[in-house]
Formats: sequence, C-alpha cells, structure tokens
Amino acid sequence: MKIHEYQAKSILSQFEVRIPRGEVAETPEKAYEIAKEIGPKVVVKAQIHAGGRGKGGGVKLAHSPEEARERAREIIGMNLVTHQTGPEGKHVKRVLVEEALAIARELYIGIVIDRAKEAPVVMASSEGGMEIEKVAAETPSLIFKEYINPATGFMPFQARKIAFQLGLEGETFKQAVKFIMALYKAFESTDASLAEINPLLVTEQGDVLALDAKMNFDDNALVRHPDIKAMRDLDEEEPLEVEASKFGLNYIKLDGNVGCMVNGAGLAMATMDIIMYSGGMPANFLDVGGGVSEEAVKNAFKILISDKDVKAALINIFGGIVRCDLVANGIVNAAKELELKIPMVIRLEGTNVEQGKKILEESGLAFQSASSMKEAAEKVVPLARQ
Amino acid sequence: MSILVDENTRVVVQGITGGEGTFHTERMLEYGTKIVAGMTPGKGGKTHLGVPVYNTVADAVAKEGANAAAIFVPPLFAADAIMEAADSGVGLVVCITEGLPTFDMIKVKQLLKDKDCHLIGPNTPGIISPGKCKIGIMPGHIHTPGSIGIISRSGTLTYEAVQQVSLQGYGQSTAIGIGGDPIVGLKFIELLQMFKDDKDTEAVVLIGEIGGTAEEEAAGYIQKKFPKPVVSFIAGQTAPPGRRMGHAGAIIAGGKGTAIEKMEALEAAGVFVAKSPAEMGAKVKEALS
Repeated sequence: MKIHEYQAKSILSQFEVRIPRGEVAETPEKAYEIAKEIGPKVVVKAQIHAGGRGKGGGVKLAHSPEEARERAREIIGMNLVTHQTGPEGKHVKRVLVEEALAIARELYIGIVIDRAKEAPVVMASSEGGMEIEKVAAETPSLIFKEYINPATGFMPFQARKIAFQLGLEGETFKQAVKFIMALYKAFESTDASLAEINPLLVTEQGDVLALDAKMNFDDNALVRHPDIKAMRDLDEEEPLEVEASKFGLNYIKLDGNVGCMVNGAGLAMATMDIIMYSGGMPANFLDVGGGVSEEAVKNAFKILISDKDVKAALINIFGGIVRCDLVANGIVNAAKELELKIPMVIRLEGTNVEQGKKILEESGLAFQSASSMKEAAEKVVPLARQ
Repeated sequence: MSILVDENTRVVVQGITGGEGTFHTERMLEYGTKIVAGMTPGKGGKTHLGVPVYNTVADAVAKEGANAAAIFVPPLFAADAIMEAADSGVGLVVCITEGLPTFDMIKVKQLLKDKDCHLIGPNTPGIISPGKCKIGIMPGHIHTPGSIGIISRSGTLTYEAVQQVSLQGYGQSTAIGIGGDPIVGLKFIELLQMFKDDKDTEAVVLIGEIGGTAEEEAAGYIQKKFPKPVVSFIAGQTAPPGRRMGHAGAIIAGGKGTAIEKMEALEAAGVFVAKSPAEMGAKVKEALS
C-alpha cells in the first residue's frame, strides 16, 4: 500500500526521524495560516501518490503567507501530470506547506527488502535528488549498501559506516547516524516495504532532515497496523480496482479490449500473455482466487463487464480448489442478472468440469466454449474486433 | 523415484481441525497420502477424520513418526507454525497459507539456517509425487507418475503445465509449487539440484513469473551445472510495471524483474523457452526428442 508524503512524514516523526516543520492544507486559506505560523518562506507541495511532482508544476516556493495562499490556490484542484501519473494526470486535493530551508547538500537514503538476500537493505548515495535507479545503472560505485541481519537488527556501526561514506563530519555526522537508525526503526516497526528519503537534506547550518519521504507497506502485514491501513486514499486508485478489492478480488485495469477472468495469479498472467500471442490485448488482470463462492464469481463478473473498453471476454478456470460447477452457476446467474451483452468464450478444466459444462449448455445463453487456453484465446480475439 | 516426498512420507497437518485443513486433509487421505497426525493446540487427544490430533508437532513426531508437516493455519500464525515444525525435527514443511508478512518470512528463513529442514512455500499449492504422496491443495487426479519434474511459482498455471505434459504422454516424477511470495523456502536452484540426482527425472519444467531474479539465478545454475533438458515458461509478458499481479512477489520494480529479461537469460542457458503458455507440453516433447 502507498501513502502520501505528509502521511509518511507523520509516521516518521513518531519514530523521531527529523522532518521540516509543516502541515497539510486542503484550502488556500489554511495554507496561508500555516505559512503565517512557520514562514514567511515556505514550500507548497501537491500531495499525490506519483513522483515527479516538481517537474509537473506541483511544488512551488512562496516568500510570504499571501504568496503561499496564491500557490496553494493554483495547486489545489489542478490536474497534475507527471511521468508517473500517465497522460490523464492526478487531481490534487491537498498540499503540504513546509518551511523552506537553505540547502547545502542533497543525499539519498532508502530501505527496501532485498529478495535475493532475503534481508532488508539500507542504501545510501551522495547523489540525492536523482532517481536512484538511474544512479545505480550509471554510477553504481556511488551507492553504499548495508544488509541487515534479522537476528541482530540494524547496528549503529552500520549507520556510522554509511554516514562516513557520505562524507559527513562533526555534528552533521552525529545527526545523520541518529537519522538513519530512526528511519530503520520506522521501517521495521511498520512492516514497510519501502522507506525512501530523496533528497535527504543537509542544511547550511549542518542539520539533517527528510526533505521528501516515501513509504510503501507490505499489504500482508496491514492487519497488524490499523492506523496505517486507515491512511489508504481510495481517490488515488482506479475505481474498479477499489470495487474489486471490496470483494477480495485481485483486479488491475489494462489498456486492451479483451476482458479476462481467471483463477490463480500465474494462470491469469499467462492468459493475458496468450491473448497477446493470439493478436489481441488484455483489458485487465482478474484473479478470482482459490475457493471462491458463487457470489464472488458473480462480483468478479460484474467488474469485468463494467469496464466499457471490454469488447469480449475470456473466462479461463482450471479447477483445483475452485469447482467448475460453482463457477458455471456464478457465470450463468450473473449473465442473466446483468443481461449480458458482450460475447464470451469460456474454458473450464479440472474438478467437476462435466457438470460445469452442462450447466453452461443448459443455460440457454450464448457462450462459446473452448477446451484449451489456445483455442479460447483464438476464439475471443476476433470477437473483440467485431 | 521422486524428490522430497514419496510412499515413506508421514505427514502431520497443522491446523487440521479448521475448515481448510479439514477439507484438504480429506482430499489428501483420498489420494493415499499417509496423514499420521493432526495438530491443533488444545485439541490434543481427540481424533479428527480418523487421524489422532496432538497439541504439539513434537508429540506428533514422537508418537506417530511424522517426518513432514503441512500447514493450514491463518497467515499471522503461519510463521510460528513453520518454526514449530522445523524445531520438532520434521525434514519437510509445506506451508499452504497465503498472506504471510514479509518480515515474518525473513525471521523464518533465519531460523531455518540452523535446522535440517526444507520449507516449501508459503502461498503454494504444495508438492506431489504422483501415485505416492500429495501434500497440498492441487487436484490429484490430473497427475500421472512419470519422468518430468515440475517447479513453479504459480498454482493453477502449474496444473495447466501438468495437463499439457500429460497430454504429450509424459507423467511427472514430482511437481512442486515454490510459492508466489517475494521470500519463500526452497527455490529453483535447490530443487534443480535434487532433480539432478533423481535418476527417474529426465527433464524439468520450470515455470516462472515476473518479479525478483530467481529465474536469472536458475539460468546461471542450469548453464553451468544442470545436465538434463529444461523447459520454461515465464508468466507476465503483458504485465505493466509497478503493479502487484496478485502474487505478492509478482511485481516489476525499478525496471527489474521483467519477463523478457528472464526469458533471455534462460534461452542463453540452453533452456527450451515456451513463449506462449500453450506451448509448454510441446516444448517438453521437443526437448526430449
């Protein structure tokens, strides 16, 4: 799960990670009030989940509370387009108003889980403000890494090593060590999957603060963190995906016009792939999961066909836990209830397949059936073109 | 022969009295798996589905000679269940449960370093040596005994592969789902090593998907050390970057973990790569002719 910068900063400050003074505003008037309190010079930052906000015009400097109000007026309500939002952009609902600081150096610090090493890794770079993937590709020698032993946790010597590698000294060095230790504590305590401070700021006075902050969390662990779970912003997500998640379904909207509904994530991806190899493009990823009820299949089906881009659909079910007769009942009932318009090709395989096929045939509805993935994909792609 | 499980495997089911545990224990018993014990804390001394239930895995090992554990407990209790099984001396733990927090798995893997115990999963359909033993939730009836080893990060896509292989006239020695999470127990290389030493395995089908670098690492191993033919398919060629495709581990992050990179690495290692998922069975035939 992703959260906004202002939310990440509020979590980090609970763990004593130093952040600039600031507050979130949903109106220009509130931005003015905040700037009066902490200004006069402030930065007004659009709060959306995508990166690249500065280049898109979503981050502005203001020299007075009045100017902060003007900048907030421009940003709140704007449609912010960045390289991560796609061409349609994101509607900005609120801004973070923060004290403007005198920048001496911009560094990078990030924590992720390294899958191959099966451990968290703290990464640091003297090249702050840039995309870390770019630094890693072009100048890997400028990135320093410390892996965390799960038995001991992150040790102070590792934080010192990083701070020395970043070329820090004196009071700044001490602050940086404290900062990195606190950041790791926040990462571990919240079951985060990413904690990224880019840039990590060293001010002209030698203070160390998080100028920007990004945190992502392990979806599987959110049940342990109800306070973080409550920070989910549904407006940042695709409405159909939100709807699907209410029913416990995995749905992701894509650009094509062949809808698909599959049991199992791997088979769902493979079904998308075979649609491509048959000359079409998938409209979505939709995994109905294991052991789903007729009700869940029905809900999956509603979501699938409520996407107006879907011109035809492929249903691919390989029964393991899922029984084909249950799936068939779900499809038939949903199709009748929703007065199905789009053509469908259905491939059922596995447990109770004969019963499932019989239910479909006797339904009187115009489904086409297929006995293999390939046949199903080859049948559905031309239907989507019509 | 086969790897990891066979007719001598004696299974204790952790969470046997729960809904999922009950349903799948019945299916495993039908298949002929030797389920010698169940384990649910507080229900020791009872019998469930004709199987004696114990309070601890250690009791099931001492009293019934269990040497493998199957886990059907809720996600937040699963790490503890895996650790209990490993600590009780079983040689194999199969964790079916989906949704374990990543930090829990990091701790599990740390503990397993000191134990003589293999973990399969979590978030896996399990493992089957057809005709001998099934520990998991896969439909037993689609499998036939034979000479093809199957290793997969997926569930139902594995069933698809099994069916295609069977339609070409080949059975399976052992089929294993390694699990769809970012951090899992046994991975491709460890299982390839076992298949290398298994006389009855002639070829291996390796089913990967987007995310991480496990397939690239496997390609490196195959090129240097694996003498038998390998067929592979990578799911997610049409998956967009930055989105988690169902499985917690299936995500293209920071431009890494794309299907195309994995397919190229495997091809360079001499693997027969099926581009379309419909070609998995045909590629096995090609590899063995």
